[in-house]
Amino acid sequence: MAKNPVRWSALGIVAVLTLASCATGSSTTTDDNVSYDPDASLSGDLSIMGFGAGDEVATARLDRTKEILGADVKVSLIEGDLDIQQFLSAVAAGDPPELVYADRAQIGSFAARGAIISLDKCISGEKIDTEQYRVPAIDQVTFNDSIYGIPEFNQIQVTMANTSLLDAAGLTIDDVNGSDWSAMGVANQKLAVNSGGVAVIGVDPKLPEFLPLWAAGNGGALLSSDGKTAQLADPEVVKALEFGVGLYEAQGGFAAVKAFRDSADFFGAGNQFATNTLGAMPMEQWYINVLNDVSPDATISFDTVRDTQGKPMAFAGGSAWAIPAGSDNPAAACRFAATMTEVDAWLAAAEARIAIRAEEGKPFTGILTGNEVADDKVRSLVESTGSAQWDSAIEAMYEANDNTFSLPPNPADAEFTTIWQDAVNRVLNGQDTAQSALEDANVKAQEALDKAWADIEGKG
Amino acid sequence: MSAPTNRMPVNPAAVLAGTLADKTEKGGFTPPPASPARRRARRRNFYSALLFLSPWILGFLIFTLWPILYSAYLSLTDYDVINAPTFTGFDNYVELVQDPKIALALGNTIFYTVIQVPLHIGVALALALLLSRIGQSSGFFRTVFFLPNMTPPVAVGVLFLLVFNGQNGFVNLVLGWFGVNGPAWTTDPNWVKPGLILMSLWQVGASVVILLAALQSVPKELYESARLDGAGFWRQTRSVTVPLISPALFFLVIINTIAGFNNFTEAYTAFFGSGNSTYSNDAALFYVIYLFQQGFEFLHMGYASAMAWLLFLIVLLVTAVQMIVSRRLVFYEGGSQ
Repeated sequence: MAKNPVRWSALGIVAVLTLASCATGSSTTTDDNVSYDPDASLSGDLSIMGFGAGDEVATARLDRTKEILGADVKVSLIEGDLDIQQFLSAVAAGDPPELVYADRAQIGSFAARGAIISLDKCISGEKIDTEQYRVPAIDQVTFNDSIYGIPEFNQIQVTMANTSLLDAAGLTIDDVNGSDWSAMGVANQKLAVNSGGVAVIGVDPKLPEFLPLWAAGNGGALLSSDGKTAQLADPEVVKALEFGVGLYEAQGGFAAVKAFRDSADFFGAGNQFATNTLGAMPMEQWYINVLNDVSPDATISFDTVRDTQGKPMAFAGGSAWAIPAGSDNPAAACRFAATMTEVDAWLAAAEARIAIRAEEGKPFTGILTGNEVADDKVRSLVESTGSAQWDSAIEAMYEANDNTFSLPPNPADAEFTTIWQDAVNRVLNGQDTAQSALEDANVKAQEALDKAWADIEGKG
Repeated sequence: MSAPTNRMPVNPAAVLAGTLADKTEKGGFTPPPASPARRRARRRNFYSALLFLSPWILGFLIFTLWPILYSAYLSLTDYDVINAPTFTGFDNYVELVQDPKIALALGNTIFYTVIQVPLHIGVALALALLLSRIGQSSGFFRTVFFLPNMTPPVAVGVLFLLVFNGQNGFVNLVLGWFGVNGPAWTTDPNWVKPGLILMSLWQVGASVVILLAALQSVPKELYESARLDGAGFWRQTRSVTVPLISPALFFLVIINTIAGFNNFTEAYTAFFGSGNSTYSNDAALFYVIYLFQQGFEFLHMGYASAMAWLLFLIVLLVTAVQMIVSRRLVFYEGGSQ
């Protein structure tokens, strides 16, 4: 009689395994049957993954967008940074969120795998004016000639330097803004103090993460504009890395500088500028607000980062809204993305921030929206801080924002980034030379790109 | 003490009652045929047992057995998590052999495990021996030593960067008191793994508790006899303590070796997390970190599955060798393995 239970158990196992195998699917849903109409009234659930209403800029826009969408659209947030595995698994299982908020650098990979849909119909249907968005931002979300994301925010870099240390060394911000690399090397040596250990960092080029910035400053690029050819071993890139590594070596090596950098109170009143332990560095614009908050009296000079021709430049990044394949409510998702990134939404966000900063007795330093028209209107709300120093910071931030570039989207973004960063780290650690490490990395990166692009072509 | 026997002592009354019907073959009896009523009762018992076990069985099938089997299948495919897997045969395994990062990551992992496991157990044993000698307050210290185990591994990774900072870290501060200029633990590739190994001692408390329990089970008479024979502390430790707690030591060797091969969170947090304060480092690229990168960052889930199976086979082999060696080194009081 024990045979029956055994048979049933075996059947159960087979059934369970068969059911579980259904967990792997592939979603091929498109928005072919969806009609996007700015006048249509919408309804249904709208779950959003990767977006958190963590500050007034998010909250003000979210509240306004919910109001415009109407009560029939039930918006729910899956907060926190986008979990790629969670997102892709949800798409594969046929149960994706209706909308996703991702880093713009991820859009190419998602589009290549069919995880998100082209927004061309959404853009034309909802009459989204893509001309308003910053070109590098749109470029970052354009894959195979289709737009896959509605961009927002722009993260750029500006040069920040300790005015007291510059003055004491007889230097100016022009010596450390990247426009003259030999002057920068001299300034680095004048500013750095190493007495049995790093005491003051001269110039911190912020490698490995800012290699694209230094390469661009030297007229190079890590990746071809079509996203298909690695250019890591190009002379401009190699020279940029050699220059950055040279700055560290002149101060006792990257290991010593990084250990010293890591020991700093980066977000507190004891930051490197307030404690006079850093001469200069390129840094993202959000750090201006941090410095203004925690050490308003520190003497800091600001300028854009400049290329070797003296032209301002910045490496742009940011976020984007994208609609997953299989989204149950693409019409509402599209309207949501359009409304969140329109000019009036940014004005509402700016007003909310101005109010809060006024309550705190702090200046409003602007918001970089990724939307050129909105940037201009928000900037018109920025008033003088009463301090030439902080006014110059805002000036530099907006000037950098007008002169950005971005890495083109590609289907192997994460792998490509890891490969070149690993190569830079090997050089920084003294394990390899710039030329050799980047040549090796270029071969690996090209293999990864070729495979990823071939996969796409294979899938048609 | 009577000699152990393999034969089941048989109670004739019980045999007559039929309660040992299914065990009588060992005892040399021919079982009487079970009555239909008894068969029905036995079947009911079987179903009841199955019903009570079913939550675990289902959980095991869905969350353990199925993923294991499915990962074996995925290791033979090209799978990017979202599109259907494409069967590629043994291509992933061939790529494993050709990928220089596999050798690098395996080398890092083996180095870490070979150094960390003996060090971890040695420190745990030393602390347990100390605790076993301090009498009533051992409970307090046991708690104190165990508390770091409550720290989330991610926090330990962050703590590593602070405590082992080459410039202002606590470790180098202490070394400085003795005139030693400490290395750049977190940034010098030669010191990254030693630093992580030392940091792993932060969580030695669980092993201390296990060894302390083993130490307390060693009969005191053996120490008295040893002392009478003139054995000092080291001799007693070597000839009495270590043999009698060898099963616990062996258990720790096995689980810490497996944990060493799976080392991930602390090193990932310290060297591969997002943000500007960290950066990836070949010296900290442990096998599971590389597996995670392949699977969840580059979305090469087929390749990552092949990596997982390779790691499984390596751990299986190492554990098998440890089991064989243990037959000569581990002493079980009952005389049984």
